Amino acid sequence: MRALLHQQWTCYKLQLKVLSTSAFEGFLAVLFPLMFASAALLIYRVQDDPESMQYAGLGAAIMGMWTAQGVVAASMLSRERWAGTLELVVASPAGLGRVLVPATLAMSTIGLYCVVATIAWERWVFDLRLEISSWPLFVLSVLLTALTLALVGYFIAVTTTRYRYSGTLGAALEYPGWILCGFLIPVASLPAVLQPLSWAIPTTWGMAAIRSSADGGSPWGDLAACAATGAVYAVLAAWLGSRLVESARRHATLALT
Amino acid sequence: MTSDLAVEAVGLQRTFVTHTGVLRRVRKDVEAVKGVSFHLERGELFGLLGPNGAGKTTTIKMLITLLLPTGGSARVLGHDVVDDVREVRRRIGYVFGGDRGLYERLSARDNLRYFSELYGVDPRRQKARIAELLELVGLTGREHERVEGFSRGMRQRLHIARGLLHDPDVLFLDEPSIGIDPVGARELRATIGSLTDVGKTVLLTTHYMFEADELCDRIAVIRSGEIVAEGTPTQLKGLVTAGRVLEVETYGVAPEAVAAATAVPGVRSVLAEDRGQQQVLIVQVEPGAEVTQAVLASLGAARVGRVSAREPTLEDAYVQLVTG
Repeated sequence: MRALLHQQWTCYKLQLKVLSTSAFEGFLAVLFPLMFASAALLIYRVQDDPESMQYAGLGAAIMGMWTAQGVVAASMLSRERWAGTLELVVASPAGLGRVLVPATLAMSTIGLYCVVATIAWERWVFDLRLEISSWPLFVLSVLLTALTLALVGYFIAVTTTRYRYSGTLGAALEYPGWILCGFLIPVASLPAVLQPLSWAIPTTWGMAAIRSSADGGSPWGDLAACAATGAVYAVLAAWLGSRLVESARRHATLALT
Repeated sequence: MTSDLAVEAVGLQRTFVTHTGVLRRVRKDVEAVKGVSFHLERGELFGLLGPNGAGKTTTIKMLITLLLPTGGSARVLGHDVVDDVREVRRRIGYVFGGDRGLYERLSARDNLRYFSELYGVDPRRQKARIAELLELVGLTGREHERVEGFSRGMRQRLHIARGLLHDPDVLFLDEPSIGIDPVGARELRATIGSLTDVGKTVLLTTHYMFEADELCDRIAVIRSGEIVAEGTPTQLKGLVTAGRVLEVETYGVAPEAVAAATAVPGVRSVLAEDRGQQQVLIVQVEPGAEVTQAVLASLGAARVGRVSAREPTLEDAYVQLVTG
């Protein structure tokens, strides 16, 4: 157990280093969430309604997290494949799961940075002071949203072991995710046919919990749904993981670039 | 089947399925490895030689559990590469040539720390083990630099260190010296040569004949997915030593002239190699045959430079085996 924790902690630190030490990508990671927030707030500001600004401000904070975690996780194994490290990772006795968990947690850290940076930007540039009714519940909701989004990223990353283009699918989910998860518009206002898709994403429930904890409502129901849907992705990823690696060995797709 | 052998492949096969066409998809089976059998004794340095696409890397990938064989079987230290995947992975190291396979943004030391964790190196031993390996591959003092600034030779040496982190019993080296300058390649050969001194078993693939000649205890030559010869370097050279090699420097020799030279009685084969503006004809000659004048006469109007005779090398044997 001690060795496992040591492995997870070391791999987490080193993956975070890989993610955060590129000057160019670092610049984009800093810039993108702020641009998302700016666009959202500039649109909502025309209504001159403090409630709308609160709604957009909270949604914009999680938009950056969605991009930093969901989209980047989807391309994680594709990047490993291009770097030639995927085969080495798969051929290691540790197993792919032990590699992907710390890597997705490192992405969660970047996702949490996005939330903090966006809230600070909203306050500094737009003079938007978010009204948070319960800070402990708000922080808990943000942390659980980050964790469950990491699990979604883990699930998407696992599928790229076998399907080279699922990284592209992850990138294609970026903008639909903003709509489906209720960052900028309520899920209830989506066409009925799309709403089940929203409910299948833990971030939707996480976003709802964040709004409830900010507005003084009870976030517990949404938090439970967020944890449950996240757990489904974790179980699916763990179940698919070994099967997809086996399939990649059978179809020789590990080294394809 | 006995675990006294480090590696044993029996009738190993791998077929890849590809598809052509867009609307009407046509399935095509490509047999990359066609029933390859060989074995490695413990502590042996075994070479697998062959041209591009011969099946060397596919064979290695089946042995290191990255690819499932479509036929035959293979065992590493007595463990089946299909059924005992985890045990095989624990006991082997894999190093391939080229620029890839490292985290560019991490330092050499961090790369080794990362793979130490994945390969189960005891955390208490990691620091000393990494220092030891950096010393072995000559990267002490550069360990804190990011890999993105490393030369190809330095990366390759770091690859070797990575492959040795968990002290594997068997090491698979897939063209490790590809693209490295002569000095770097010499250092790398010295490192590879020293591995068997400490009891490692090594399977090496390479295109460089002098490298195989210098390092390998035994060699198998693979062509189009089949092993066409196996033995010590001396035994392989013996396949063409019952004869001589004539080298003829020419300028502007026509393919017809090469064909005419090949048809000269006593000539086994003729290979034309471009060396700058020259074409050097490498003529394999039957024992006792005197063909020099007849070969020169067959070249017609082509300008001829130096003509020399020499003993066959491993490269001659290799060329004969893979083109024969």
